[in-house]
Amino acid sequence: MADFFRKLFGSKEETTKPKELVDAATTAPLTDQQLHSIISGQAPKYEIKQLIASVGQSVGKQRDHNEDSVLALTTTISGSVESVPFGLYVVADGMGGHQFGEVASNAAIRIVGGKIVEKFHSYLYKIPTQSLQESLQEVMEESIMEAHQYIQREAPGSGTTITAALVLGQQVTIGHVGDSRAYAVFPDGRMDPLTRDHSLVKRLEELGHLSKDEVETFPHRNVLIRALGQGETLEADIFTVPFPQSGYLMICSDGLWGVVNEKDVVRIIGESPNLHRACQAMVEAANAAGGPDNITVILAQIIG
Amino acid sequence: METRNITSPIGPFDSGKGSGSGDQQGRQQLMPGVTLVNRYTIQDVIGVGGMGSVYRARDMHFPNVVKLVAVKEMINMAPDPLVRQTIVQNFEREANLLATLHHPSIPRIYDYFSHDDRSYLVLEFVVGKDLETVINDANGFLAEDQVIGWAIQLCDVLEYLHGHKPDPIIFRDMKPSNVMINQNGDVVLVDFGIAKTFQTGIKGTMIGTEGYSPPEQYRGDATPLADVYALGATLHHALTRRDPRLEPPFTFAERPVRRINSNVSMELEAVVNTALQYNPSERFPAASAMKKSLMDVAKKTGALSSLASASLPTPVNSGVKPIWDFKCEDEIRGTPALSQGTLYIGCYDNNLYALNAADGKFQWKYPTDGGIVSRPLIYENNVFFCSEDQCLHVIGARTGKLLWTYPTEGRVYSSPRISDGHIFFGSDDQSLHAVNVNSGRAVWKFATDGEIHSTPLVANEMVYFGNENGSFYGLDFRGGLKWRFQAKRGMTSSAISDGPVLYTASLDSTLYALDAKSGWAIWKFRLGKGTISSPAMVDDFIFIGAADGFVYCVNARTAKEVWRFKTDNQVSSSPTIYKDSLYIGSVDGFMYCLEYRTGRLRWKFEAQSAITGSPVVFDDIVYFGSTDHHVYALFA
Repeated sequence: MADFFRKLFGSKEETTKPKELVDAATTAPLTDQQLHSIISGQAPKYEIKQLIASVGQSVGKQRDHNEDSVLALTTTISGSVESVPFGLYVVADGMGGHQFGEVASNAAIRIVGGKIVEKFHSYLYKIPTQSLQESLQEVMEESIMEAHQYIQREAPGSGTTITAALVLGQQVTIGHVGDSRAYAVFPDGRMDPLTRDHSLVKRLEELGHLSKDEVETFPHRNVLIRALGQGETLEADIFTVPFPQSGYLMICSDGLWGVVNEKDVVRIIGESPNLHRACQAMVEAANAAGGPDNITVILAQIIG
Repeated sequence: METRNITSPIGPFDSGKGSGSGDQQGRQQLMPGVTLVNRYTIQDVIGVGGMGSVYRARDMHFPNVVKLVAVKEMINMAPDPLVRQTIVQNFEREANLLATLHHPSIPRIYDYFSHDDRSYLVLEFVVGKDLETVINDANGFLAEDQVIGWAIQLCDVLEYLHGHKPDPIIFRDMKPSNVMINQNGDVVLVDFGIAKTFQTGIKGTMIGTEGYSPPEQYRGDATPLADVYALGATLHHALTRRDPRLEPPFTFAERPVRRINSNVSMELEAVVNTALQYNPSERFPAASAMKKSLMDVAKKTGALSSLASASLPTPVNSGVKPIWDFKCEDEIRGTPALSQGTLYIGCYDNNLYALNAADGKFQWKYPTDGGIVSRPLIYENNVFFCSEDQCLHVIGARTGKLLWTYPTEGRVYSSPRISDGHIFFGSDDQSLHAVNVNSGRAVWKFATDGEIHSTPLVANEMVYFGNENGSFYGLDFRGGLKWRFQAKRGMTSSAISDGPVLYTASLDSTLYALDAKSGWAIWKFRLGKGTISSPAMVDDFIFIGAADGFVYCVNARTAKEVWRFKTDNQVSSSPTIYKDSLYIGSVDGFMYCLEYRTGRLRWKFEAQSAITGSPVVFDDIVYFGSTDHHVYALFA
């Protein structure tokens, strides 16, 4: 009850305290040690909520060019109004064999990224801020469709996967086509896939035609049944889930998930002092295992 | 091979070994009038199985009305006490497992108990005919569309059972006599595997009826594919009227469906043939795959459209009778509240009524100076509610005596919400009021740009509500504005929350998912018309009614429609979820009970006029009011 009245009426004593803490936290850039202590520390109550993210990428050991594309954008705007983390993370894996594979993945991240940033521009960088007419899922779907049409028009015959995550506040809105993946990774070692591969092998597994073991050795593991730029009609999976609390959002191409198993991913993230070291270590692990394909990974976390 | 049928009175499993005859006399059936555990009064024997009898009984827990249940008896005949004990333990484990199953084609388990050498399972009493009777009673062949519809439902329930975690449940005994067709024309699987634990003393576990079971089941292999075969055999029987128990085993290939019934399409025959393959690896890989093939057949033959549009034969009130009803002086448009055996409901005769929830007896009424649509709220033995007389009223829950009122400057249609010692509600004076629950004094008011009819939601230390101008507000506990969202038309619907997401709807024909922190629209779902219904949520499903007459079920993550159900007039009532059912009223005068996963109609009850308020369900009873001036109580 007393607590409620404090919330209701506030008090000078209470309102001065948080300010000091806020000030302390905004003296960026934070060192690794500081970040680590924030993350593993006692979660200070008045810390500003902010999104942090890092990216790892490598061409791998066996390809001579990179068909993966990645976009990571993190914004923190905080002041008198409470900060609402905004982030956009996109991985696209151009289709091997097609001549415009890298064109397609590059176009995908730029068009999807550009379209979404454009939509949010007046919310993030205008005064007074304006919220937009469309819902987050509508924005995501429109931008993916625009990228799809562009690729069909400008790079016919090519295709790309796309897994895009729009983080706003505590929500992640995901747009997904193909076999790149988004995961929620938790400190207790759980690693929940958020996306479902649009691949032949997954489809056969779902239909009960392949057992778990057969899936591992299936010869056509990289055959997609849906891709951006392919087919007249495209149905992207669009959905919204809560941002993994006290955990990580991970997005990666099959150069990582197809090569490094989940246990190692969880171990690497757990052992790394910060996000960029974790991304680097995962890329190294994929290369150490032969690096058969381009490798891309994004890790994002909400701290505070 | 001998032909035997385990549902016949002379079962092969009676005594473990030796002859099975003469034993039936030893197992005395319960006589009508006997009451088990002081609750279930036996009325009649409705079936005799290998393990004991099945009875129709009346649940005396509801003395004022007749609630029927099926009581399945299993007699424990193991001579060894340790074995007997194990059997009872297995039975209880199985009963607990079955009680966790929720599927429209699986009867609900209400209760189980054991005493002496008998164990009992109390389950939903399914009114209808078994498929064997339907086949035998039919004049000629059954319609293909009809059989496809049932087959899809059977695949669906098998898919559900086979997908059970951690272990798949194998039905093992698919055959026409174990498939009930209920009053709505939907299938219900009866005679669940539970009896199997009582089959001691047979070598192996060769369960299942000859004629329907696949070859491998005779080697003791019960797998999902065995159920697929048995379903194929059941369909073969239904389409050809040839009883496989009267034919040599595994001879379906010699009797193709179309040779006997040329009306059947080649496509459906192919599905039946695939299911009936001798070699399991040549059958459908799973019930889900068979369902998909059947759906394809249905699309090709046009059966699907007739299945969907037929909306199934309408069960006229399907025998639903009120437990009680109570007549007020004027229309009831609001929603009741239940607390400690008393039902409270406001009426347009200006009174708030308190009725005994068990029998509907009048306890007291409290008059105000205006109609009451606001839902009463019971908090610390007091009733809080609002009236068109512009006031919030607080009265004693037991006495109906006034404690205090709090005036606003407009009529009040909003329902109060209490949190952290404060009452929150909106008024036609366009303000949201926060009032101290003890002193009755205003703590703050928040002025908006429209009348507030919605009920505020308190969650995440915030207060959320919409107004008739289409504004939706997120306030902190001090009444400070955190964010505002603008819909195109009024927001009468009251929001619900699931952690960081709010769900609400507007007269602009949209169901919204909003981020609770910032008010961003996460997704929008387009309804056929506007709505004042408030959403309900369970699992990943959001449910809501709309003025286009539909009840919608939408996936909370993807904003994709899961199902919709059509009523004959607008739906202003808000859905209530109880167990595996959804309850909602419609202006067409019906209270509907739907299976919430599928939108399938369980029953409907006709009042004499529109139902605009929402039902409350407690202890298996549904309570609601109607504009026909009545308050009703029905079995859930």
